[in-house]
Amino acid sequence: MAASAEPIAAPPLIELAGADIASAQNPDTALVQQVKWRLHPGEFWAVGGLQWAGKSDWLTTVAGLQRPAAGQHFLFGEPTPDMGQLELLAARRRIGLVFENGGRLFPHLTVAENVALPLCYHHNCSKDEASETVATVLRLAGVGELADQLAGQLNRSWRQRVALARALALKPEVLLLDNPLAGLDPRQTRWWLETLDALNAGHAWMSGRPLTLVATADELRQWSSHARRFGWLQDRRWLDLGGRAELAASGEPALHDFLAA
Amino acid sequence: MEKASAKPEAAALLQAVATLPLPQGYLNFVGRQILRFLQTVQGVGAFALITLGVTFTKWNTSWRVIHPLIRAQIDRAGVRLLPGIVFIGLALGLVIVGQTVSILSKFGAGQYTGTVMVTVLIRELGPLAAALLVMARVGTAIVIELGLSRAQGEVEALEALGIDPVHYLVMPRVIGLAAAIFSLTVYLIIVALLSGYLFVFLQGVPLLPGEYFSLIARALLWEDFALIGLKTLTFGAIIAIVTCYHGLAQRLRLEEVSEATTAAVAQSVVGCVLADAFFILVYILM
Repeated sequence: MAASAEPIAAPPLIELAGADIASAQNPDTALVQQVKWRLHPGEFWAVGGLQWAGKSDWLTTVAGLQRPAAGQHFLFGEPTPDMGQLELLAARRRIGLVFENGGRLFPHLTVAENVALPLCYHHNCSKDEASETVATVLRLAGVGELADQLAGQLNRSWRQRVALARALALKPEVLLLDNPLAGLDPRQTRWWLETLDALNAGHAWMSGRPLTLVATADELRQWSSHARRFGWLQDRRWLDLGGRAELAASGEPALHDFLAA
Repeated sequence: MEKASAKPEAAALLQAVATLPLPQGYLNFVGRQILRFLQTVQGVGAFALITLGVTFTKWNTSWRVIHPLIRAQIDRAGVRLLPGIVFIGLALGLVIVGQTVSILSKFGAGQYTGTVMVTVLIRELGPLAAALLVMARVGTAIVIELGLSRAQGEVEALEALGIDPVHYLVMPRVIGLAAAIFSLTVYLIIVALLSGYLFVFLQGVPLLPGEYFSLIARALLWEDFALIGLKTLTFGAIIAIVTCYHGLAQRLRLEEVSEATTAAVAQSVVGCVLADAFFILVYILM
């Protein structure tokens, strides 16, 4: 596994070119300015920052759910402002997104129905027809026994796993995770890191294809031996920290405190 | 003496007040209200056009997911409201139909029974009563459930899954409410006419059932059937679009949900009354 950032020739899957990240609550306010970032196939990014640094808004902008206040955003080589509604929806199917704090499941649906929803919607199939796929992806997320429970009745860590299953159901090319390790116990944290490593290496669910990963985090220490590229958001700035070696050698004071903690 | 002198003074004072320029604060308030009204009209109009576009272009898209949602909305806004609509139909029949027929018969104007019933009950009161019941029971719930969904980020979750929220959340409600109001109106009219005759019978008015129903049937024109259909579908679409707009258009905080619900109810009533007035105008001009 490469320990430092390597030059990648493949065209970027997602790109932010001089983009100002807007706040979801106030679209005129730029939380992070002038972000230049490219996501290439197979990469595993961990992006850290203090609370309220704009990590969630950065991630939803990357996913194409939120427009940047300025600059350009490209999804699979296409500038998003030029994409029609149908093209944008089609591009979003190629990106899985696991939201923070329980994954924003639909609480009135069961776990199986939550995971079946994107499958049934995009493949126009019934819940019964999707049941086998749903069971497989729920087993991958370690929540196979919870299939018939209402999502609203689960605790946050299990909801987060169901959200991972839902995001993986369509076999996306890119998986974006918003602070997936927040508030987890060490056992759950280990499960997440091992599962994400397996997905990035090429999981059987993805037919052995390495899944491109981007995760945000309050601190980068937990990710330092798993992710392969690192970014940092602070004082409205985007910092590309490079690979593991560059991260360890980084002179950024706030980052140093986090890594040393 | 005092009273006589007070009158010109009051008139002069009124004149002086009338010639004063309006306070700036009041003008600002009126201006803000007009701007807010225009913004709402623009927002609801745009939302209605988007919904209409999605309904036509995506009618058969993912029908195995969407059509059950439409059936669920018809069940929720139609089937489950049947007891309520039967109760209102009984009340309307006893209070309005029975009394009207009884009075018309007393004054020897029994031959106008059909015309009055068709104009008042079938053309006007039936569709409006069904629409108001659906708005009160289902429209308010739509604002709250969609407002909470939006507040909890579920709409963004749908978008992240590549699911069009208008297709998944709005279209089933528009079709469901339109179909439900149409069906409930038909039931309401039938129940009101039957219970009205019951009241007439109990009062001993000499009117046979066959005579009563043939008076109504003779007064009915094909335009009335078309009008009921168009009116009820329009009412359903207006209520669903206005309530969905208020639930979804902007991210609500929990404390704003009640205010949005009130605004949606008021605007739905205004929308239905305006649509009703438009249909009356068209009917008169026909």
